[in-house]
Amino acid sequence: MIIQTLAFYLFAFISVIAGAMVISSRNPVHSVLFLILAFFSSAGLFVLMGAEFLAMILVVVYVGAVAVLFLFVVMMLDINFVELREGFLRYSPIGALVGVVLLIELGIGFTAWHAVPVGSGNVPAISTDPAMTNTHALGLILYTRYFYLFQAAGLILLVAMIGAIVLTLRQRQGVRRQSISAQVGRHREDTLEVRKVQSGSGV
Amino acid sequence: MAPIGLEHYLTVAAILFTLGIFGIFLNRKNVIIILMSVELMLLAVNINFVAFSTHLGNLLGQVFAMFVLTVAAAEAAIGLAILVVYFRNRGSIAVEDINMMKG
Repeated sequence: MIIQTLAFYLFAFISVIAGAMVISSRNPVHSVLFLILAFFSSAGLFVLMGAEFLAMILVVVYVGAVAVLFLFVVMMLDINFVELREGFLRYSPIGALVGVVLLIELGIGFTAWHAVPVGSGNVPAISTDPAMTNTHALGLILYTRYFYLFQAAGLILLVAMIGAIVLTLRQRQGVRRQSISAQVGRHREDTLEVRKVQSGSGV
Repeated sequence: MAPIGLEHYLTVAAILFTLGIFGIFLNRKNVIIILMSVELMLLAVNINFVAFSTHLGNLLGQVFAMFVLTVAAAEAAIGLAILVVYFRNRGSIAVEDINMMKG
């Protein structure tokens, strides 16, 4: 129990501090690295809560794909980041005000909230069998009851992939490309000629 | 030390969400940091979903958190693609330059 408590505080503090560093760091590369740290420690929190599958998905999808994509874009674009930090202090009072108000609202909301017992009223009980692993239980309902939503999620990813490709594709001038229709459409008569060559004389 | 309950996780998620909002205000000019702040907010939402899901014994929250993750990944991909195209056209990613379509 004490180890669980200590682990919770460790992960929670690291994720909050990393989140603070993401928004206040001077160098965007450092921001991305702190974002990765925040994702990792949040995955630790997920494991502590008993959602192992989502924790692993978080590491694979966020750390492995999204954060690396961010890192790639940050390093690829040649941007003057000092110029972009103008107004950092000008906007911080209003930002702090909005943030504090939001935090107070969330605090009030969570203190006033109390859990409805599962199975009573509007909370449908899809309870987890303690003998079953988290991944097994999730798979049992994801591929049956929420199958159409699962398909829709795949469709969203497909549309996002096509969109990203279409957006960043560009036709550059002066580049030799393969033209498959020209290759397939050419005739033997255009390219090949058979000649009788007299022996002893050139062509 | 009190045992770790739902409130602890909700507090962490609330702080992370607030940090995300604060980041958008703080880095008004840098689109990349704004996108990262949005990712941070989505992460906080996911922590909330999973915390409620495990503490209520209802797996639905984890299923929904997975869909949130999907949409977040798609959003990051599209957002960064738009950013790359924008940088190619303008040579900068300052937010206040994005008013070309106003005419």
